Amino acid sequence: MRSPQLWAAAVLLGLLGLVPVYAAVFEQPFYITLFARILIFAIAALGLNLILGYGAMVSFGHALYIGIGAYAVGILSFHGVTSGWAHLGAGLAVGAVAATVVGWVCLRTSGIAFIMITLAFAQMFYFLSVSLKQYGGDDGLTIAARSDFGWVNLANNTVFYYAIFAVLVALLLLFRRIVDSRFGMVLRGCKSNERRMAALGFPTMRYKLAAYVISAQVCVVAGMMLANLTKFASPSFMQWQASGDLIVMIVLGGMGTLIGPVAGATGLLLLEEVLAGWTQHWMVILGPLIVVIVIVSNRGIFGVLAALGRTGGAGRARPGGTSGEAR
Amino acid sequence: MSLLRVSGLYKRFGGLTATDGVELDIEPGELHAVIGPNGAGKTTLINQLSGELAPDAGTIAFEGRDITALTVHQRALAGFSRSYQITSVFPEFTALQNVMLAAQAHAGHSFRFWRPVAGEAALIETARAALEQVGLSHRTDVEVAALAHGEHRQLEIAMTLATAPKLLLLDEPMAGMGQHESEAMIALLAGLKGRYGIILVEHDMDAVFALADRISVLVYGRVIACDVPAAIRGNAEVREAYLGDEAVAA
Ligand SMILES: Nc1ncnc2c1ncn2[C@@H]1O[C@H](COP(=O)(O)OP(=O)(O)O)[C@@H](O)[C@H]1O
Ligand SMILES: [Mg+2]
Repeated sequence: MRSPQLWAAAVLLGLLGLVPVYAAVFEQPFYITLFARILIFAIAALGLNLILGYGAMVSFGHALYIGIGAYAVGILSFHGVTSGWAHLGAGLAVGAVAATVVGWVCLRTSGIAFIMITLAFAQMFYFLSVSLKQYGGDDGLTIAARSDFGWVNLANNTVFYYAIFAVLVALLLLFRRIVDSRFGMVLRGCKSNERRMAALGFPTMRYKLAAYVISAQVCVVAGMMLANLTKFASPSFMQWQASGDLIVMIVLGGMGTLIGPVAGATGLLLLEEVLAGWTQHWMVILGPLIVVIVIVSNRGIFGVLAALGRTGGAGRARPGGTSGEAR
Repeated sequence: MSLLRVSGLYKRFGGLTATDGVELDIEPGELHAVIGPNGAGKTTLINQLSGELAPDAGTIAFEGRDITALTVHQRALAGFSRSYQITSVFPEFTALQNVMLAAQAHAGHSFRFWRPVAGEAALIETARAALEQVGLSHRTDVEVAALAHGEHRQLEIAMTLATAPKLLLLDEPMAGMGQHESEAMIALLAGLKGRYGIILVEHDMDAVFALADRISVLVYGRVIACDVPAAIRGNAEVREAYLGDEAVAA
């Protein structure tokens, strides 16, 4: 572990893993709820980062999948189905269908058009959930109890926290493999120069769609956790601001770095919490602060660390500029 | 049977006819040069062959099969492999990674999520061989953004070779190269000649006359002549339309 990036990642995860301990020591059970929320958004941001950071697909509608996950738990619980496996199965099934259809349409476009059309789909689902009067409509749906996963008793806050933490760590390890796998190389190649990828013989659309669906499914899982944490499923989970927050977390933490979204989610949600404690006008402070952080650090918190780790290798300047035909 | 047969190909951009009834016939192993002044429609022709541009009319047959409707990646898998006039590579990857990606496209599907590509010996071997062939073996682990212009051109060729091609579409591989680099590239192309069908778009007349089996001359989108180099040299129409007197004398 020579790179500063890896060290920082280990320290960050170590600190997050110890949260239930501080909560117990300082008798502040509220910490667990706060940080469980942070972990959940870290997971969602991690999922989005697969396509945004590694595939240059800027989805401005990933809150849609958080919503699908939350409503899978909410609606099934409403009908008396408490099994976590049923929640998971339903969420992933609906998520897969929705992501395949939405992705198939959206990936026909790129750039600004892609951003707008992903946003449009998320808004569509938002209004759909508002119109679900039998499931609370605008007010959302309260959930009686957490998903039932048998011997893993999620009703216990500490168990719940570590379950989320375990999923986060597992996803980090999985994504670490993906990024350097064949699939990851194709994704990164498409980000770098998609035209060349096609000319080499890659059916790029197929791979991008697969990445989109995987990324969406991670957000579905995050949505299920969020519903379990808040015991609530609401259209507000799907608001465009939520999609925007995910992007901010990624940009803040460092695009195209694996742990960046985790750092970004932690940073953003903690800042929000602290500033909200000081003043009700916290948004006025937070907005410019984010802009400053991103401008100063350029590639986000972990981008800086990654750059530090690379300053051994000489002659690495001249980014971009050589790809694509002029027209 | 010819390797590639292009018939009645037309492409218009608004009022401009960039490809005007082009007919082309490439034999297996033939090195066929396409020459013509700037804006004659050479790149447009290559783009239609590779599938990146759809022709307005005409057919393209490869090994006797009509492939006009195939997409870019399908043609690549069928054996087309192109290089770009303006270098088109992956700047954030190393030279080896660039060529490995090319090899990967032709080594089964890439829905593999766990095993690191860096451990795939077969891909590494293919890529190293291609880099060796173009004379870049000493630069394998250099990030491509840090390579010199001439090295980018070599890398382009290495990437086209790593895809196990049958037909190379080379769009001005010597563009922007110095004298020394051009000579190396001519030697490289001479070595490839006969092993693949090659369509070579090139401005360097020394290269074209040294390498080509046949030459097509493109002017305003039309093939005004197609013949062996000696005949092209002597063709009055070509001389008038395109070749300067010095080039003919050379
Ligand atoms: N996408 C395009 N849209 C409009 N005009 C184009 C386009 N591509 C090429 N052209 C025009 O077609 C003609 C042929 O271009 P090109 O094939 O690049 O020529 P060459 O490669 O022989 O120099 C030029 O006049 C060029 O301006
Ligand atoms: Mg050209």
